[in-house]
Amino acid sequence: MHDAVTVSSLVVHRGSREVLRGLSFGVPAGRVTGLLGPSGSGKTTLARAVVGVQRVRSGTVTVLGAPAGSPGLRARVGYVTQAPSVYPDLTVGENARYFAALYGRGAREAAAAVADVGLAGDAGRLVRDLSGGQRGRASLACALVGEPELLVLDEPTVGLDPVLRVELWARFAALAAAGATLLVSSHVMDEAARCDRLLLLRDGDLLADCTPAELRARSGTDDLEAAFLQLVREREQVAA
Amino acid sequence: MTTALSPRLTAATTGRVLRQLRHDHRTIAMMVLLPSLLLGLLYLLWADLPAPPGTPSTFDRVGLTMLGVFPFVVMFLVTSIAMLRERTSGTLERLLTTPLSRPALLLGYGAAFGLAAAAQALVTVTVATTLYDLDLAGPLWAVVLIAVVTTALGVALGLLASAFARSEFQAVQFMPVVVLPQFFLCGLLVPREQMAGWLQAISDVLPLTYAVEALQEVGRSPEPTGTMWADVGVVAGAALLALALAAATLRRRTD
Ligand SMILES: Nc1ncnc2c1ncn2[C@@H]1O[C@H](COP(=O)(O)OP(=O)(O)O)[C@@H](O)[C@H]1O
Ligand SMILES: [Mg+2]
Repeated sequence: MHDAVTVSSLVVHRGSREVLRGLSFGVPAGRVTGLLGPSGSGKTTLARAVVGVQRVRSGTVTVLGAPAGSPGLRARVGYVTQAPSVYPDLTVGENARYFAALYGRGAREAAAAVADVGLAGDAGRLVRDLSGGQRGRASLACALVGEPELLVLDEPTVGLDPVLRVELWARFAALAAAGATLLVSSHVMDEAARCDRLLLLRDGDLLADCTPAELRARSGTDDLEAAFLQLVREREQVAA
Repeated sequence: MTTALSPRLTAATTGRVLRQLRHDHRTIAMMVLLPSLLLGLLYLLWADLPAPPGTPSTFDRVGLTMLGVFPFVVMFLVTSIAMLRERTSGTLERLLTTPLSRPALLLGYGAAFGLAAAAQALVTVTVATTLYDLDLAGPLWAVVLIAVVTTALGVALGLLASAFARSEFQAVQFMPVVVLPQFFLCGLLVPREQMAGWLQAISDVLPLTYAVEALQEVGRSPEPTGTMWADVGVVAGAALLALALAAATLRRRTD
């Protein structure tokens, strides 16, 4: 299994703070990798580095064989920002068709992407009239429409009801089964169980890079939340 | 290649910006009608004031240049706010990860507001010459052309200014900074020949000066003059320069 993303010794400063402290890991191709960590741990910063809009201090990020953010990658990588980034004064369909055009796709692909996120019935509604969860899904549709090889999703399930969450994770698994690589961040440890692989982030450090099963085995608990806390405590004891 | 100016992606962006405008009926109405209404106010203000014999009336002189100044100001503001919204809403960050190049994004914006400006100029010039009896010696199309090119300058400066604004409050305050000095020194309030030498030198490098001079040329001469064409060229060049600077200041990677 080769890696779609390879990060080595990545250091990022934001403001006067060191936000990512020398991270090294790989994201396996064709899998769903969860990027988990509490709020402020650096998930968004790492996602930005992978899509090439984050200024980095040192280290390298290689995506699909090229440096992150290189021109050739932009049609192959999709990014869904944490706050829905769609135009509130356009309809869902108009948003999808605009991003479709940017990725060289047409109205048919746009309609399919809108249907994929369950908004087919809302395609003609202005985004500003949608609920927060619907906006998030509209934002997701605008990335799906490009059929990217790598999809970077920053907390896509926040604010969604449980039914939609399950549906969305099923969709992520289907995309991976079709060959796409997904990097999905979340601050909810429950969601770790749905990933093929986990990256646990805390204060800009990588606490673990393993599968959910490995995490359970290592901590001797089935509760991934508890497993995460145990890792944090172990790390603090080492530091002390 | 994303550094290339893809006409397809530029056009898609122009279409998107126009579609955003279309959903905002009040903004469209204001864009199309406001300059005409303001011009009407000026018309009434000077309606009963006699002009010295042999000189154009004050309204003919000032009203004509306002056909360039109003859309310049309005489009400067609209564009800088639109771009700032793009920045704060995260859509800019997202666009920067797509195949859309930065020059194509800015040119797409410029073309959209340029088209809006053409519609605005057409309405304003028609209203001014019919309803307000604005007298001009030259052809109407020349006035529309100058208004559109001047608006393009406003759009380009608005895009550039938005790069330096962190909030809507700042963006709005760039308007007086960018617009008022150009307006004061363009030769409308005080003829340029009567300005102190150093003020005239500043006036020489401010693009609005050339837009106003071009409009004055149309007001005076039945045929487009060489000076008018040179002025239009200067304004268009300044717009392109501002657009290039805006593209250069738009960073893909940020902290
Ligand atoms: N624009 C910024 N300027 C300075 N610091 C920032 C900025 N954005 C985020 N940070 C800081 O970087 C750290 C990581 O933030 P972020 O990557 O957003 O974490 P997460 O997405 O995991 O919540 C936080 O401490 C946050 O305060
Ligand atoms: Mg975040």
